[in-house]
Amino acid sequence: MIGTATVYGLCASGLVAIGLYGLVLHPTPLRKVIAFNLLGSGTFVLFGVAARRGGAAGFLADPVPQAMVITGIVVAFASTALAVALLLRLQETGASSIETTPPEQQDNGAS
Amino acid sequence: MMPAGYATSEGGALLVIAVMLPIVGMIAIFALGLRRAERIAFIILPGGLLIALAIAAEVARTGAAVTYVLGGWQPPLGIALQADGLSATLMVLTALILCAVGLFARGTFSTPPDMSEARRPMVFWTLMLGLWSALNTVFLGQDLFNLFVALEFLTFSAVPLVCLDGRRETVQAALRYLLFALIGSVFYLLGAALLYGAYGTLDMAGLRLQAHYNPATSVALGLMIVGLMAKAALFPLHLWLPPAHAGAPAAASAVLSALVVKAPFFLILRLWFDVAPQPGNQLAAQMLAWLGIFSIVFCSIIALRQVRLKLMIAYSTVAQIGYLFLVFPLVMASDAPSAWQSIGWTGGVLQLVSHALAKASMFLAAGLIAEALGHDRIDNLNGAVTAVPISVAAFGLAGLSLMGLPPSGGFVAKLMLLTAATETANWWIVAAILVGGILAASYVFRVLGRAMAAPKIGFKTLAHIPLHRELAVLGLAISAVVLGFVPLQPFAFLGIGRVGLP
Amino acid sequence: MTLLPDLALVLLILTAAVWTVAVRDRRDAVIGFIVVGLLLSLAWVRLNAVDVALTEAAIGGGATGLLLLRACARLVPRPAESVLPHPAMRILTVLLCSAIAAGLAAIVLMPVEPPATLAPEAAASMGELGLGNPITVVLLAYRALDTLLEKVVLVLALIGVWTLTPDQFWGGAPASLRAQQSSGALTLLAQVLPPVGVVIGVYLIWNGADHPGGTFQGGTVLAAMWLLVMMADLREPPEIRLHSLRLLVILGPVVFLVAGFAGFWIANGFLSYPPAFAKPIIVIVEAALALSIAVILGMLVAGPAARAPR
Repeated sequence: MIGTATVYGLCASGLVAIGLYGLVLHPTPLRKVIAFNLLGSGTFVLFGVAARRGGAAGFLADPVPQAMVITGIVVAFASTALAVALLLRLQETGASSIETTPPEQQDNGAS
Repeated sequence: MMPAGYATSEGGALLVIAVMLPIVGMIAIFALGLRRAERIAFIILPGGLLIALAIAAEVARTGAAVTYVLGGWQPPLGIALQADGLSATLMVLTALILCAVGLFARGTFSTPPDMSEARRPMVFWTLMLGLWSALNTVFLGQDLFNLFVALEFLTFSAVPLVCLDGRRETVQAALRYLLFALIGSVFYLLGAALLYGAYGTLDMAGLRLQAHYNPATSVALGLMIVGLMAKAALFPLHLWLPPAHAGAPAAASAVLSALVVKAPFFLILRLWFDVAPQPGNQLAAQMLAWLGIFSIVFCSIIALRQVRLKLMIAYSTVAQIGYLFLVFPLVMASDAPSAWQSIGWTGGVLQLVSHALAKASMFLAAGLIAEALGHDRIDNLNGAVTAVPISVAAFGLAGLSLMGLPPSGGFVAKLMLLTAATETANWWIVAAILVGGILAASYVFRVLGRAMAAPKIGFKTLAHIPLHRELAVLGLAISAVVLGFVPLQPFAFLGIGRVGLP
Repeated sequence: MTLLPDLALVLLILTAAVWTVAVRDRRDAVIGFIVVGLLLSLAWVRLNAVDVALTEAAIGGGATGLLLLRACARLVPRPAESVLPHPAMRILTVLLCSAIAAGLAAIVLMPVEPPATLAPEAAASMGELGLGNPITVVLLAYRALDTLLEKVVLVLALIGVWTLTPDQFWGGAPASLRAQQSSGALTLLAQVLPPVGVVIGVYLIWNGADHPGGTFQGGTVLAAMWLLVMMADLREPPEIRLHSLRLLVILGPVVFLVAGFAGFWIANGFLSYPPAFAKPIIVIVEAALALSIAVILGMLVAGPAARAPR
């Protein structure tokens, strides 16, 4: 019989797949960042499934992986903030995607 | 199932200081808003170097790993830090390179007279200190989630350094670097989630005791290693590295190529030999070695075709990292009693260390050449030797290590790898090492030839380079050469504290 | 059949996720992402992770959503997805993602018996510290190093965002967060809600020692109130060279470091607490951390400086 945790584990697998798909295929950085966040959420839910299954000693769930997820959510937000700042600056300076101009064509010399 | 416990050893507090000291410096610079941020950095740099040396001395003295259990909470519930021979070596390497880079960068990021704090000095010195703390945490960490936080710490310190100049291409390169790094981190975290689900612990010692081959473990380790490969820029996941390392200021490029890109490789080593059920997966080892071979050959050829010096050096980094991945089949197939007593292991570590010193020196030299001449186009480097002779000499010495010519650490490293490869009959690896050496010689001599040629008409030096900067560059190059005098046999210090040793 | 609500929720989450990735307009994608975040908070409650649910709602859905919406507003409109990926790439990616999903699903469907867990160890040592919320104990005691390093990562992210300031604007203030059209309703909300929000935030921090709540949840609520006030144009974002701003940002890490180093003298070493004073020290550290988080989160959403200092 499939339990609650397993249902969310399958949800996590789905989120990981959907997030990875978006991350690989979307050309624009903003959509990649959104997809990365979905992928991250799927990963966190996998930790959550392990936590739920590990409820013991009076706890409804294992607190250690839950604490890891909280740390992870904050780190993911910081990553998103940095990525957004970079892509907004990229727009300000004129480029609109991360497809690099071939380095050989950039002839501005000094480091 | 309780694993063997960690016990805080005498001198364990040094490990905590090694991680926290640069953080204290970083916070001080951020809070004080100084005109000369580097003053604080110059207090921290020698301090950190002393700590690293003290840790290495302690490891050598006791002949065992130095451990610190944080808060007294035993892993896997708590977190422990541990310095074995390999970690101590890498920490000393990090401290040396950062001190040299600090000396190089002294006075280069200046604050205009009418301002109280400027962007570049504040950002540069805080991020450099952040990099140092992050690297130390990676080398000392024993818990896979702690290492995830350390990897993020490393990424956040490295990415803004790439776009310090603010030019469009560097922002592009930084964003690409960030995205690749984030993919790598999330794959790593996904693997960690699976491992926790299977074993209830993320402590490396505990996992080693419990891990056995089942689908969850194999998938988890596979995901983690792929994620770390992306961070270590192994072919074909290397596309982010050349523009990023070429776009950063020279001092930052030196640290990025020498150290930051080695940290994920260090973690792959740890996962492979300290966590994965032994004996390792032969097929996976061969695949990693093949990717290494492609890296060496393919990226050396691309390096040869580069127009700009910094890009050439960056592609050379990707090629030289390929050598590191040859270690896996060589170590696994050797008939030494344990992995770290095999010559392949010592060769791999020596390659890592000598490449770090040589590449740091090369990037710094390229930076000085570019400052003196005003550009870094290889075809127009004529006369560089008249402008910055010491830097060109350092470039040449560092090149010896890359090519694998004596005397240099690179020569001994590649010789050790060749010995291991012939002993284990890995003939493709032998071929790759030899071809790699020839290609490296081609691209290094191409640059040296131009640099030492007579200056063209209208040549003028744009900036005078202070002596202390050139000496810093030379110091690193000489260190790479000095490593060439290590004996051609497995180095016992690297084996201290590793599990499985009798 | 008690699985029905969970199955329905999972279906909703996956549908919203697919929509987020597949939809053409990027603003719709951000909205979809916020919806996924909010639905995930419900999922966390079902997984017996109330603290995580609070954090996901506040940071994952709220703060990240706000950040992405602002980014959308400032990005130049572009023809939707003018460069489509090559069909071969798409098929390859679908195959790869399906393989990974199948692998993960297979692993999830074969759980380890008995379940691998650290709950007994966590419970056993909690009595020494006198706190009631096991998550707080893990974050601030057992795995305090992770929390400390992650605070430092937040400060680094802020420095990273500020790096993108043009040189001439360094030290100035970020662009105003004022909404496009000034709205009387927003202004009213920003005048009425913050006092309530601050009280809730402080309550969450204070209470986090024994009940769900804690640094991140309380800090994010405080950050949300501050952002609301800035968006209603009642306050300007502060200049990044302000000493008071810098001090607030490092307050949390510094207090944490002081408590950590004090452990060498008064307790068992770095980041350990003397049993008698563990709870007060932890609550003080949490309060300082929450204040720093509030400021850092707000400034991360505000972005790099956009005008020269006055």
